Amino acid sequence: MPGRIVSFFRNLLHKNAVEQALDDELRSSVELLSEEKMKEGLSRSEARRRALIELGGVEQVRTKVREIRVGRLLEDFAADLRFTNRTLAKSSGFTLTAIVTLALGIGANAVVFSVLNALLLRPVNVPNAHNFYLVQRFHVPPQAYPDYLDLRDRNWTFESMMAVKFVGEVGVDTGGNPSTAWPVLTSGNYFDALGIRPYLGRFFHASDEKGVNSAPYVVLSYAYWRSHFDEDRGVVGRTVEINKHPFTVVGVAPSEFRGTDLIFSPAFWIPIVDEPTVLSINSLQNRSEHNLWVMGRLKPGVTPAEAAADLNALGSWLSKTYPADDDGIKFTLGSPGLLGDALEGPTRAFMAGLMLLAGLILLAACANLGSLFAARAADRSKEVALRLALGSRHARILRQLLTEALLVSIAGGAIGLFGSVQILHALSAWNPFPDAPINIPVNPDVRTYAVALLLAVASGLLFGIVPVRQVLCADPWQMIRTGTRGTGALRRFTLRDVLLVAQIAICAVLVTSSLVAVRGLVRSLHGRYGFEPQNAIVVQSDLHMAGYANNQTAAMQRRMLDAVAAIPGVSAVGFADDLPLSIGGSDSFVYSDSATDFRPTNRAADAMNYSISPGYLRAAETRLLAGRDVTFNDDLKAPAVILVNRQFAVELFGSVDKAVGAHFKLFGGSRVEVVGVIEDGKYRTLTEDQQPAMFFPFLQNDSSNTWLVVRSKRDPSEMAAALESTLHGIDSGLPLTIAAWTEEMGFALFAARVASVALGVMGLPGAMLAITGVFGMASYVVSRRLRELGIRVALGAGKRAVLSASLGRALRLLAIGSAAGLVLGVLAARVLSHIVYQATPMDPMVLGGVVAAMLLIGLAASWIPARRALAADPLLLLREE
Amino acid sequence: MRPQRTDLLRGTLDLLILKALHLEPLHGVGISRRITQITRDAFQVSFGSLFPSLHRMEEKGWVEAEWRASENNRRAKYYRLTASGRAQLKAEEREWNQVVKIMTAAVESA
Repeated sequence: MPGRIVSFFRNLLHKNAVEQALDDELRSSVELLSEEKMKEGLSRSEARRRALIELGGVEQVRTKVREIRVGRLLEDFAADLRFTNRTLAKSSGFTLTAIVTLALGIGANAVVFSVLNALLLRPVNVPNAHNFYLVQRFHVPPQAYPDYLDLRDRNWTFESMMAVKFVGEVGVDTGGNPSTAWPVLTSGNYFDALGIRPYLGRFFHASDEKGVNSAPYVVLSYAYWRSHFDEDRGVVGRTVEINKHPFTVVGVAPSEFRGTDLIFSPAFWIPIVDEPTVLSINSLQNRSEHNLWVMGRLKPGVTPAEAAADLNALGSWLSKTYPADDDGIKFTLGSPGLLGDALEGPTRAFMAGLMLLAGLILLAACANLGSLFAARAADRSKEVALRLALGSRHARILRQLLTEALLVSIAGGAIGLFGSVQILHALSAWNPFPDAPINIPVNPDVRTYAVALLLAVASGLLFGIVPVRQVLCADPWQMIRTGTRGTGALRRFTLRDVLLVAQIAICAVLVTSSLVAVRGLVRSLHGRYGFEPQNAIVVQSDLHMAGYANNQTAAMQRRMLDAVAAIPGVSAVGFADDLPLSIGGSDSFVYSDSATDFRPTNRAADAMNYSISPGYLRAAETRLLAGRDVTFNDDLKAPAVILVNRQFAVELFGSVDKAVGAHFKLFGGSRVEVVGVIEDGKYRTLTEDQQPAMFFPFLQNDSSNTWLVVRSKRDPSEMAAALESTLHGIDSGLPLTIAAWTEEMGFALFAARVASVALGVMGLPGAMLAITGVFGMASYVVSRRLRELGIRVALGAGKRAVLSASLGRALRLLAIGSAAGLVLGVLAARVLSHIVYQATPMDPMVLGGVVAAMLLIGLAASWIPARRALAADPLLLLREE
Repeated sequence: MRPQRTDLLRGTLDLLILKALHLEPLHGVGISRRITQITRDAFQVSFGSLFPSLHRMEEKGWVEAEWRASENNRRAKYYRLTASGRAQLKAEEREWNQVVKIMTAAVESA
């Protein structure tokens, strides 16, 4: 129908010409008709009169022709828009409230959805992510390298299988400016299996792996190449020193490739066969060291279930062939990106919870706006009645009301989206752990925009249809005559009241849970975890980075201890290879003294292990419950000794007293004697169950990683400077990170912090919505009953009576909603206690805080309506009528 | 306002207009007169229905219009059938005949 399309544009663009042509045609028709009549012998004026009668009125015909034209809907819409703009501009307070309310609701949803999308919905950014899986051992990612080789070579369901090892910081020297960076070690097939093309140079390949230390190559990430090599295209072929060993830069990865983990972006990639060179340890032959992440791509047509069955068939073979290490091993497939099922489960639950809250907020916003629009429609009932009486159709009036609602919702959506994009960019740029390349890339994508638009339109329709019934039932005659509709509806407990109560309850839930989270967080900062992080400075250094060989580290560590102890003001110093509640930490199986079969199922416990120096316990303020501390005499020539925590003592020996002097066996069969028992602590997370832990004397279990714990009464910054100059006095090439111990606990507190911030951010719009909701309700009631209030005042009603008449209802609803919300919030806090340590709602501060917050909300919301109600002046009101 | 009846009338009116224009181009008033004539005074088409129908048919491309002098040397807008208008006329005639046949059979059956 090209003709119609042409007409459509002609009608729109040449509206005047089209109208003119119609005018001409109608005029000429009148002429033709009157000529006819004149031929019949009528006078000119009579002929013209009859002609007009026969035509049926020029204006009427014109309107009818106009109605059938294509493009008329659009014209009407434009007219609606113009009208809406005018009416909205006239009541700017109403418009502003509506837009802000929606912006909050839609913004909150866009932010939460974006995070959900980035962490859970969007696959890892690799080509063909749909058939890319994480291979988990039981339900956790870490695997042993020999197991990986067996899986890779003997499966039939995977097209390719790769391994990634996360290692800590390494020292990098690109020529004169030593720095540290976070790389990952990967199997040689890593890039080829992912199907990624290098930005510069080449990647390393499976064919580069020719045995241990055979591939001293490094592939730089785009970001690292930019920040450390100034985008120098000649970087390929250059040699850089990593932990003092030469590596050749073979290529640069493309900018969009951040590795196979969502929140960790490595600085560069090194072939895993070179692990011994980089780390001075060799875990490649050890089937009991689970420290690799294995990922793989399924062959086309293979289902995940088939792949899992294949892996488990290999698992039972492994279990038979290597019973000491792989007894009872099971494999599952997980999604790559986050830390497998381990982190994905809680993240999913938390995000689902947040999404639900965000949805509730938007629903509350819609309820809010629905009431506002209904109130507005009621106030405009005269205008509507007039239009109906003048012949406007119901559909046209409804369409205009919906146009208004949609315009408001789109404006609100746009503002909400704009705000959320700012928040998301800030969130993406946020670096929660200053020394690690970890961030959360949650930049909005097309899906975010689509969801925001969809929500805007849906909510516009949702609150737009609330007043529809009101308009449809409108009887113009009644309305024009009495000016108002009956006030009977105000007495009943209406849908609007239910919506308002729900909205207040949601707000109270949010306020309760954010208070619970924040209180829990504050308490965990001052909790006791088997050490005292307050007033202690920690210094981290890795001696391998500084080029020390394994047999040199202990001597160097002793020198560091002595030097720090000599600093004036230091009251205690010691070191451990890992600190509890920091990012690291490893655990291993221990066996009873009588054990001879060291397969995993025979273990007596799975204990955290640390290597500590004499003085560490005193510096960390960890209490020794029985026996003695380690000493400098517990070296390789002396019998093997160990300290254990109370949990370990009870689990293996029954009690603290029985543990001292008792023996047990480590993995591999070496026997150690327990010489002391220390208090229990938290090791990996604040919310963990009590773990057994053991502490080796550092002279019997050397480690290059060194965390000095320094306790002193001196000013921390002064102390930090003294520490740096003292330690660099021993070796200027020593990489040092100096921080307060409380700062280092960021990792342990991360989840709790995120939860508190997220809930706080959600609580704010929740509270604002409750305020606008109560405000809207209260001011509506006041304006509707102003005349009645005036009469009451005239009859001698006091301020109390006026206030209770005008605000009683809104405040009663507020009380009901708050109580319901508080109960729900207390229930919800149980979920929170898995994320935030010591999150309990049974806390006078929390309960009081919620009540105070809701009271404040009520006060803020009813302040203006209350003043209006009190100002009701009977004389003025009478005069108005 | 019963929609079924309107639809029937509108369809009939379209057919009558197309038929009226079948012989020669006419202006609006001419079409009205021609319809009265070919229906032997049975139909008096109101201009309030005629003009909207004409304009709709023009937008659909069944008729095209041009301004020229009338028999009395007055400027008037003349409508003429286009090729697609002719095809439409044939289709509508066929349809109408069918409807008549069916309705007649239905009405005369027992």
